[in-house]
Amino acid sequence: MQVSSQQFKRKAAEALANPQLHKALSNLRARMVAGRARSVLELDNLEQIREAAKNARDFALTHLDYLLEEFERNACERGAQVHWAETGDEVNRLVVEIARRNAVRKIIKSKSMLGEETGLNHYLEAAGIEVRETDLGEYIIQEARETPSHIIAPAIHRTAEEVADLFHEKHKLPRKTDIGEMTREARMVLRPHFLTADMGITGANFLVAESGTSMIVTNEGNGRMTTTLPRVHVAIAGIEKVLPTLEDVAFILRLLTRSATGQSISNYVTFTTGPKQPGDKDGPDEFHIILVDAGRTRVLASDLRAALRCIRCGACMNHCPVYQSVGGHAYGWVYPGPIGAVLTPAYVGLENALDLPNAATLCNQCGVVCPVKIPLPELMRKLREQQVDRGLQPWTERLALKLWAWVALRPAAYAFITRLLARVGRWAGGSKRLMHKLPAGAQWSRHRDMPAPSGKTFRELYRHRR
Amino acid sequence: MRVGLFVTCLVDLMRPSVGLSALKLLEDAGCEVVVPTTQTCCGQPAYNSGDRGPAQALARKVLNEFSGCDCVVVPSGSCAGMIKVHYLHLLEEFPELRPTLQHLVENVWELADFLVNVLAVQRVPGRFQGSVTYHDCCSGLRELGVKLQPRELLGKVPGLTLREMGSPEQCCGFGGTFAVKFGDISAHIADEKCADITDTGADAVVLGDVGCMLNIEGRLRRRGDADTKVLHFAEILAGVSNDPG
Repeated sequence: MQVSSQQFKRKAAEALANPQLHKALSNLRARMVAGRARSVLELDNLEQIREAAKNARDFALTHLDYLLEEFERNACERGAQVHWAETGDEVNRLVVEIARRNAVRKIIKSKSMLGEETGLNHYLEAAGIEVRETDLGEYIIQEARETPSHIIAPAIHRTAEEVADLFHEKHKLPRKTDIGEMTREARMVLRPHFLTADMGITGANFLVAESGTSMIVTNEGNGRMTTTLPRVHVAIAGIEKVLPTLEDVAFILRLLTRSATGQSISNYVTFTTGPKQPGDKDGPDEFHIILVDAGRTRVLASDLRAALRCIRCGACMNHCPVYQSVGGHAYGWVYPGPIGAVLTPAYVGLENALDLPNAATLCNQCGVVCPVKIPLPELMRKLREQQVDRGLQPWTERLALKLWAWVALRPAAYAFITRLLARVGRWAGGSKRLMHKLPAGAQWSRHRDMPAPSGKTFRELYRHRR
Repeated sequence: MRVGLFVTCLVDLMRPSVGLSALKLLEDAGCEVVVPTTQTCCGQPAYNSGDRGPAQALARKVLNEFSGCDCVVVPSGSCAGMIKVHYLHLLEEFPELRPTLQHLVENVWELADFLVNVLAVQRVPGRFQGSVTYHDCCSGLRELGVKLQPRELLGKVPGLTLREMGSPEQCCGFGGTFAVKFGDISAHIADEKCADITDTGADAVVLGDVGCMLNIEGRLRRRGDADTKVLHFAEILAGVSNDPG
């Protein structure tokens, strides 16, 4: 996907001015945040499970070399074909090659954020292959020619009303507004595609090394059909998705769905091990798994490594006050919210996403809900430090900080300047004791007043008191 | 007990009454309070901006200034959190500082936490006629576990009733330099907080960080609410007003 994270501020401003978006995003707190809060209460040892999940993910990342080869061995033993791709372009080329070899004309896809990273759909369409997204949210944004604004609820930025208009326009059927009826309509439109597709593409929530299994969680059943109906199934997965055992997957799953949608378990949990075996009633003739680096090994070797623990539940963005205000598109690449503020600079380069690590209050709501305890504020701060080290900060900001630090390190100068500011502020505040405009502080005062200081600093009052 | 009061830069300049209140509460409880007059800032703005150099210099300054104290008390969750949670990491390149640093980190307290869990304060001098709602500031809450302490203390104030808002733990959007780098987003988040506060119908919103107070009060006033008071819990507990003297 093209990176437009450098336009964060402009896009955020547009988002703030969009009342439809806020109507749509209000679902986030009402459904996802409240849902998670409710469902984690079912676990009487949430913190222990989080700690265990963090450790399991760290173990996997530490033994990635071994586990990936074990995965490959076991997957191949069951008849799957395993490919390794270093870049997103390689993923796209591999998928087209597999499609060409199998004379594929139509592909159905279950959700894959990695596919968004590589721009797979565009690449396939350019190669003359029809691609159909089958996850309802993905289907909506494909029809609307948009990109996902959330990693598990890609169309969260659209209201039901907007989707009703879109379906009416695209399906040429009477406009429906009931969500259940709209869903049935989408299903009716999609069903023939499931039955006529030659290839199914899925992502993978986890790869299981001990059995060579790829696993996805879905709610709509489209994933199950994508992995079983077409004659070829291609799963694309980042190399960080591997876990040693099925048992690891099982307990992390308890956190994944609760953190994501507030469900105890998703409607479908699909484990795919090898293609159709002799005697099987369904399943693909060929099953390919593409293991993708695309920047992962670089992150693994960096101090942002903890971000690779991510199990893509979306809780960090659901709970983020910034994401709740501007939605996902402002972030300008595949992953929005706090995890996106870390992964985007890590994968596409800090110089291409300068605002993202700074566009956070560091409230750490993300850190406390993350099921694998990624210290997101800490990682954002590390990226801010890299910006300073590489001289990527605006000079105005550097200068302001330098001046401030110079003064703060000199108590006499500091006392003098604060005394002055306290008096000027008191005067500027007038009888209401509010400053409506701040010199060089328009970002503050456009939508806020500034309570005026009371005229004397604590330092002065303290001396006086003594 | 020799208690160092770290006033914080925002209290010093913007809200000295908070510092005076903290002083009164600590002295009333029998502490010998030391207020180093050379103190300025804990270094948090530089630290959160990724500028470790000045942050380290300021952290070392704090370390020096409070080296003779048994405890250091801070009327701000975010500055107390900065010292307690981040100084060890910030100063890890200076192993020679380790012993004094360890002492500081182990003995630095957010004010409400200190009043409840160390001094076990039973009575407070302040009174308040009316209802308040309490906003949990992020750092105090999530770095230091300050949640029940201020509520317990407010419960001891004669005349005061507490009305919880819908989402007291939701960030107010301040975020230090975030509020001036991304002012529009910050104000939008503050607006939701203000709506939550207004919905309670409380006479005052009470909290424990002056940065968040400026943000919330600034947005409340711009929304046209001239009445809802924005107070630091220390001001209520001590009965000290922030009117200019």
